[in-house]
Amino acid sequence: MTRIDNRPTDGVTRAVSVRGLVKHYGETKALDGVDLDVREGTVLGVLGPNGAGKTTLVRILSTLLQPDSGHATVAGYDVLRQPRQLRRVIGLTGQYASVDEKLPGWENLYMIGRLLDLPRKDARTRADELLERFSLTDAAKRPASTYSGGMRRRLDLAASMIGRPQVLFLDEPTTGLDPRTRNEVWTEVKRMVGDGVTVLLTTQYMEEAEQLASELAVIDRGKVVAGGAIDALKAKVGGRTLRIRPADPLQLRPLARDLDDLGITGLATTTVDTENGSVLVPVLSDEQLTAVTGAVVARGITISSISTELPSLDEVFLSLTGHRAGAPQDDATTPADTREEVAV
Amino acid sequence: MSTATATVNDIHHDGDKAGRDRVQADGRIPLRGHLRHTGALVRRNLLWIRQDPESMADALLMPVIFTLLFVFVFGGSIGQALGGGQDGYVQYVIPGMIAMMSMTLSQGVGTGFCQDFNSGVMDRFRSLPIGRGSVLFAKISVELIRMLFATTVLMIVAVLVGFDINHWPGLFAAVGLATLFASSIMWVFLTLGVMMKSAQSVQAMGFLVLFPLQFGSSIFAPTQSMPGWLQAFTDYNPLSTLADAARGLMVGGPVAHDLWVTIGWSAAITAVMAPVAIHKFRTKS
Repeated sequence: MTRIDNRPTDGVTRAVSVRGLVKHYGETKALDGVDLDVREGTVLGVLGPNGAGKTTLVRILSTLLQPDSGHATVAGYDVLRQPRQLRRVIGLTGQYASVDEKLPGWENLYMIGRLLDLPRKDARTRADELLERFSLTDAAKRPASTYSGGMRRRLDLAASMIGRPQVLFLDEPTTGLDPRTRNEVWTEVKRMVGDGVTVLLTTQYMEEAEQLASELAVIDRGKVVAGGAIDALKAKVGGRTLRIRPADPLQLRPLARDLDDLGITGLATTTVDTENGSVLVPVLSDEQLTAVTGAVVARGITISSISTELPSLDEVFLSLTGHRAGAPQDDATTPADTREEVAV
Repeated sequence: MSTATATVNDIHHDGDKAGRDRVQADGRIPLRGHLRHTGALVRRNLLWIRQDPESMADALLMPVIFTLLFVFVFGGSIGQALGGGQDGYVQYVIPGMIAMMSMTLSQGVGTGFCQDFNSGVMDRFRSLPIGRGSVLFAKISVELIRMLFATTVLMIVAVLVGFDINHWPGLFAAVGLATLFASSIMWVFLTLGVMMKSAQSVQAMGFLVLFPLQFGSSIFAPTQSMPGWLQAFTDYNPLSTLADAARGLMVGGPVAHDLWVTIGWSAAITAVMAPVAIHKFRTKS
């Protein structure tokens, strides 16, 4: 069985290639025909809500689970027919840190080095190197159960790097971490990407995808519902959201209507967040941002606060698919949200 | 942070050849590889004991408590029935204890396995290029080491309460037989460990299986006074034959029949349950 040459006509090497992947759990379709590609040396963010099928996808690609139909290759190896070769070129960091908590950090890394056939001496050196690199040298001799959440996740990343993987799977690497720790993990992931590792990352956060990924596949109920370069998708979903809070709540609706009429904002419409008393304006560029603030100033409205934010997963879904994450299609017309859409 | 500038790629080159050239092109793992992987996993399980010495408490205390309990609480009256008093009962029950210990401690493979699945570390192992059997064999090896430790403790206590080791080769043969039987029964517990959701349910299930097997046997008392239907059960209960064989080997008496029945049971249980355990382990999602 030979390794498939994964160089299609466009000359781009695909580190991961997935076609028509289906996985059922009884009646539930965890994956319902997924197609996606990850180009070598890039980061693909797989964005989706809980239960969208992200973890199932990662488990199939790392040979922990067998698909019902469809096929997938990682670094040219078929997940079903060449699992042994495939396992040699991947790294996996799961949603729940999969290190042995009873073992000290160093012993965890040494053990994995030995399981990856490094000679004793090399396994020792490698464990030392990676502990140093992930700033865990001081904690090398302590059981992993005494580590903080961030340290444990870093150890997990280090464990994934022992075998010098060509492709790294990160399944929600920062879920459950506080913002500071999240930044720590992001920094490490960026460094690994800088070293040329191909990454498939699943996440629930648009912000995380934007930080780490160059391309995005939005997945919902086992299907890829949108995909492409992250900048293009961001433009489609409105890039950033400008949140303007007028001092006088009565100004809310008139302001939103006026801004919409101006026609200077992105593709999505201006919305009103009645709960927080603010207008949400999608903006694609700095120019639009300037124009909108200019328009607000020109109307002489007193502003009590103004900020920009990235769209949430919900907003991304709404813009890309016309329905809310995980909700049936026909619910799209009645978003059960505090925000109401202003007619264009 | 002088090393912070070292990239993964820098580290890439120095050890690369050593790791990769041990693997054949089709990804098959050579025997030496299996041994290395099993060794690394055995080391892991032994480190657990070092980190958490309390986990050895059962292997240390069970032989002590059970021996004292049976010898001093039941020993007098059962011994009288046997015609040898308490001293006679010690000679009777210690070989039985070796059989009991082998069963009770083999449960550990199941609970340990279940914990590995729940903690996510099993996902890590299963995504590594190692034979799935290595994980199973390592677990079994470590539990057998624990069992031999418990048996040593048992024999020390046994001598202290008056057990007479007059036939050392017989003792070693009996321990060997118990180890063989334990390694076969461990496949049953491994299967339970893979299939059940929590370590507690593995333990509860193990207890349900073990309890009738242990007490419906000749481990603690001769079976002659039991009702006929129970005797029919005890005659085929592998724990009875193991206990009787150990007794024959250690203190004398007929051995051949019980020895062969026990070996037959061990072979049959392994032949059926090892493939089941490996299959369940491979296909667990």
